[in-house]
Amino acid sequence: MSPRRKQETPAAAPAADDSALPLRLLADMLRIRRLEEKCAELYGAGKIRGFLHLYIGEEACAAGTMHALAADDNVVATYREHGHALLRGVPMNAIMAEMFGKAAGCSRGRGGSMHLFDAARRFYGGQAIVGGGLPLAVGLALADRMRKLPRITACVFGEGAMAEGAFHESINLAALWQLPVLFCCENNLYAMGTALARSESQTDLCAKAAAYKVRARAADGMDVRAVHAAVGDAVAAVRAGGGPFFVELQTYRFRAHSMFDPDLYRDKAEIEAWKQRGPIHTFSAQLKAEGRLDEAAFLRLDAAAQAEVDAAVAFAEAAPWEPVADLLRDVHTPEAAR
Amino acid sequence: MKTSYREALRLALREALIADPRVFLMGEDVGRYGGTYAVSKGLLDEFGPERIRDTPLSELGFVGAGVGAALGGLRPIVEVMTVNFSLLALDQIVNSAALLRHMSGGQFSVPLVLRMATGAGRQLAAQHSHSLENWYAHIPGIRVLAPATIADARGMLAPALADPDPVVIFEHAQLYNLEGELPASPDGWACDIAHAAVRREGSQATLITYGGCLPKALQAAEQLAADGIEVEVLDLRVLRPLDTDAIAASLAKTHRAVVVDEGWKSGSLAAEVVARIVERCFYDLDAPPLRVCSAEVPIPYAKHMEAAALPQPERIAAAVREVLGV
Repeated sequence: MSPRRKQETPAAAPAADDSALPLRLLADMLRIRRLEEKCAELYGAGKIRGFLHLYIGEEACAAGTMHALAADDNVVATYREHGHALLRGVPMNAIMAEMFGKAAGCSRGRGGSMHLFDAARRFYGGQAIVGGGLPLAVGLALADRMRKLPRITACVFGEGAMAEGAFHESINLAALWQLPVLFCCENNLYAMGTALARSESQTDLCAKAAAYKVRARAADGMDVRAVHAAVGDAVAAVRAGGGPFFVELQTYRFRAHSMFDPDLYRDKAEIEAWKQRGPIHTFSAQLKAEGRLDEAAFLRLDAAAQAEVDAAVAFAEAAPWEPVADLLRDVHTPEAAR
Repeated sequence: MKTSYREALRLALREALIADPRVFLMGEDVGRYGGTYAVSKGLLDEFGPERIRDTPLSELGFVGAGVGAALGGLRPIVEVMTVNFSLLALDQIVNSAALLRHMSGGQFSVPLVLRMATGAGRQLAAQHSHSLENWYAHIPGIRVLAPATIADARGMLAPALADPDPVVIFEHAQLYNLEGELPASPDGWACDIAHAAVRREGSQATLITYGGCLPKALQAAEQLAADGIEVEVLDLRVLRPLDTDAIAASLAKTHRAVVVDEGWKSGSLAAEVVARIVERCFYDLDAPPLRVCSAEVPIPYAKHMEAAALPQPERIAAAVREVLGV
């Protein structure tokens, strides 16, 4: 599959784009990258277990998307959500402690890598049933609409979810009721090990969304500016009313689906071709060419990301385990909280 | 006042919609049509299409939207036409509604009320007649209710809505036309959603049942009383969590149990009740507990075959005689 596909030219970047934003986008992509590289290492060391789905290569999607949302918006994400959680503001310490299964984790160690949650930051997962987050997003948007709140709900999912009935039911409801949902499809071309063309009869994902009379556009998911511009426009359109919007971010994961996946279904040449378009090095090269960044500044950003990761690991290592006596906690709301 | 089970449900819905602006009803045909079982008839005119919300035939979508709306601060009541169709929404009920609180380390509650019809007896054949309450009663994180009386149909919705966690309410399709006296004052119908209820006092054996089988168990108890056999009838009402104390208290008195459940015997709720009796009340027992369940067959259409598949008062009475050895 070719790494370059047809995309709409993004409209002008959002007016709110401030001069510090490009470096923040770069710094945030580096934070995700260094966090996940450490997770892979800790997985090898047996500190992190379970399923671990890395986002390496896709960082521009989370950075461009999360920076286009307001703090009060809702975010529903999948099991490949470390980057979204982090850029939504979930502290890296709490994310790392969750990976370790510690009580200080953002889900008290009950969720792990696939179930990061943060109520204060309106981060609703961490959903590990493919497509399962889509109806939730529709319901959150319905609640905001009925409560006359100006929030929108961004739902991040992969292209594999578009084969699920939940996608079709959800986008139909959102369009039928004109709800403020941003459908954010991160199309990394493989649903686990199954290529898009081998799993879906219609591979033009925007056409699928358009079939439900939903506005749709594609953007280069390897280019953080393109993602930020496209999602920014979509967010503005959803916030202005007129119902849901679908954005396809064309991206690629450099690693396997999960740590258990031997990745036998992709050509090495294909992976290498996409790596040439890696979002961090292409964007830092752009910023250098524009005179906004030099190598020393890049190294400082990278060192800061690495230091944050090291601190998070130290925090998670030192954090206590939840007592087994609390095993049955939070199955139901405790009396005191009712 | 004299009323029906259906009207009692509607009274409760209306009261909930008036009491709390966060409450809304959503489901297939609940609005313009008035509800498949006519429970929500008239509510659209009174509360409008925002709060009496017709949905597409899209169970996974609208049940999941109910979960999201509950997360978003509303108090949705989602009606699924029958338990058979709820299987299309099982992912959202089991993988989202029931798990979100625990999986998020206690950060999110899902105050969702899910209502659905269950059960056979109307010659609707296999895809509209099943009783899968035990599937739901298996899942930690949800509460499962089965109103079997007009008072419970009136009284269970308010505490279900007050529960911050998801509640599933099973309404047996055969009960909608049930008529009887509904006390005028809430003292007569208000109920908690934690305890079983003794519907008839007795000393010789306990009939343990719920939902659509309660009237049949009471009929069997009447027949037995005519022969001088005094049977206690315990209505479980709450299928999860089960009120094991109430079961044990009754068995301490009667020492004999027959469990009546419209589910299939294999893996049934009745199986769970019997297991608890054996674990907890073994030394109180004077006879092995028995179960009266549906025959292990998809419910047939033909009336005589359907009747033969379901628990009936005669079979229930016969089981009581068997545990009594008379």
